[in-house]
Amino acid sequence: MSVLAYGVVAWLFLVGIYGVVTSRNLIHLVVCVSVAQSATDVLLLEIGYRNGGHAPVFVDLPAHPGPAVDAVMQALALTDVVVGAAVTALLMALAVQVHKRAGTLDPDELRATRE
Amino acid sequence: MSRRARLMFFAVAAAALAVTLGVGLAGLPSFGSQVSAYARMLNEVSGRQRHVTDVVSAITFDYRGIDTLFEEFILLGAVTGISVLLRPLSDETRQLPEDKAPDRGIPPPSPAVWLLAVFLSSLLVLTGLETVTHGTLTPGGGFQGGVILASALYVVYLGTNYRTVERYQPDALLESSDGVGAFGYVFIGLLGLMAGDVFLTNVVGLGVTGNPISGGIIPLLNLTVGLEVAGGFAILASEFLDQTAVIRTKTGPR
Amino acid sequence: MSEVIIAVALIWVAASGTAVVLTRDPLRQAFVAGFFGLGLAFLYLSMQAGDVALSQIVVGAIALPLIVLLAMAKVRKDRE
Repeated sequence: MSVLAYGVVAWLFLVGIYGVVTSRNLIHLVVCVSVAQSATDVLLLEIGYRNGGHAPVFVDLPAHPGPAVDAVMQALALTDVVVGAAVTALLMALAVQVHKRAGTLDPDELRATRE
Repeated sequence: MSRRARLMFFAVAAAALAVTLGVGLAGLPSFGSQVSAYARMLNEVSGRQRHVTDVVSAITFDYRGIDTLFEEFILLGAVTGISVLLRPLSDETRQLPEDKAPDRGIPPPSPAVWLLAVFLSSLLVLTGLETVTHGTLTPGGGFQGGVILASALYVVYLGTNYRTVERYQPDALLESSDGVGAFGYVFIGLLGLMAGDVFLTNVVGLGVTGNPISGGIIPLLNLTVGLEVAGGFAILASEFLDQTAVIRTKTGPR
Repeated sequence: MSEVIIAVALIWVAASGTAVVLTRDPLRQAFVAGFFGLGLAFLYLSMQAGDVALSQIVVGAIALPLIVLLAMAKVRKDRE
């Protein structure tokens, strides 16, 4: 289970970077960055998970609910998800602006048109 | 660098990165075996200390409140950056929205769609407010509720047209809610200093655990964050919408 | 039991994340990315992180597709 859990983190990060390197379209590239970024959230939550743990919300629990999972990691990942979306939007605004100036979204053509 | 050379370079770098990641991840405790002592302690004490039932809110807005302050300013910075990047440039004009242009008439949405949009957006506002205000009790809070609140505006656009959104979307209000949200967080933090304690100390009365108003500054901070996120995401959407709907490059040579 | 659910969610996330990267057309990618976001939210929920799952749902279902589609609409209009 550990191998699967941490393997998926490494895979997501690498596959996101692969998408960034091989992308032919800046909009596609920005979404690939967000895939790589989601690997951090998955890793944080995996570190905080505990087998059989319940959510760190102490409402309507049975008498002996057992251990709760790590709430610190959840707090870290929670803000990251929303702020990450805003940063993705900032990158997307840059892509729109690049298209206006250069008339293309292909990073390779950008290099060729620069004077 | 040719595409081939770049791919080769990536293969080497990715292999090195994969090995490093593998070594690092192998050093972690096995999945699901333990949680940190810090988290165990917070799970234990936060109900008694802060009178909240959702420990994640207590950590986000109280125990680690300063982290959230910086996160909020990253958000503010990103939204400001988008506004600057997507402003109308000197060689661009604002033209009549296409769905009202005489040569390209798009039929107006049917009253049924319009009604559905009104119904759905009011439902979204209600859900958003519920999520923001119940952050101390159950999962939810300013970050999630703020995005839901902002999405109410998107639904109005989907169901009607650009004109209607422009009429019902006061830009000044959105921008000030973004700023007021961000600096309201700082102000609530300063309350701790005014009480003679450290920044972001929970100095407001804690209330009864399980009540919607409990946890001292935690619901207040949830409100300010909700205000900021709602304003920020609404501005973000309206900037992109402006670009798509009305901002056009002037024709002719630059 | 919960381990099985988490394992399924992990495989779903890994597969759909790969699909997002390999879908080269941004319009199709927006839909695949929605499916990836849903997988992430399901994974977070199965790991008992309700707060994070909620923010992933609102971001993955509302904010991200909207930004991608609006950016594409802008680019397409410029090309006309």
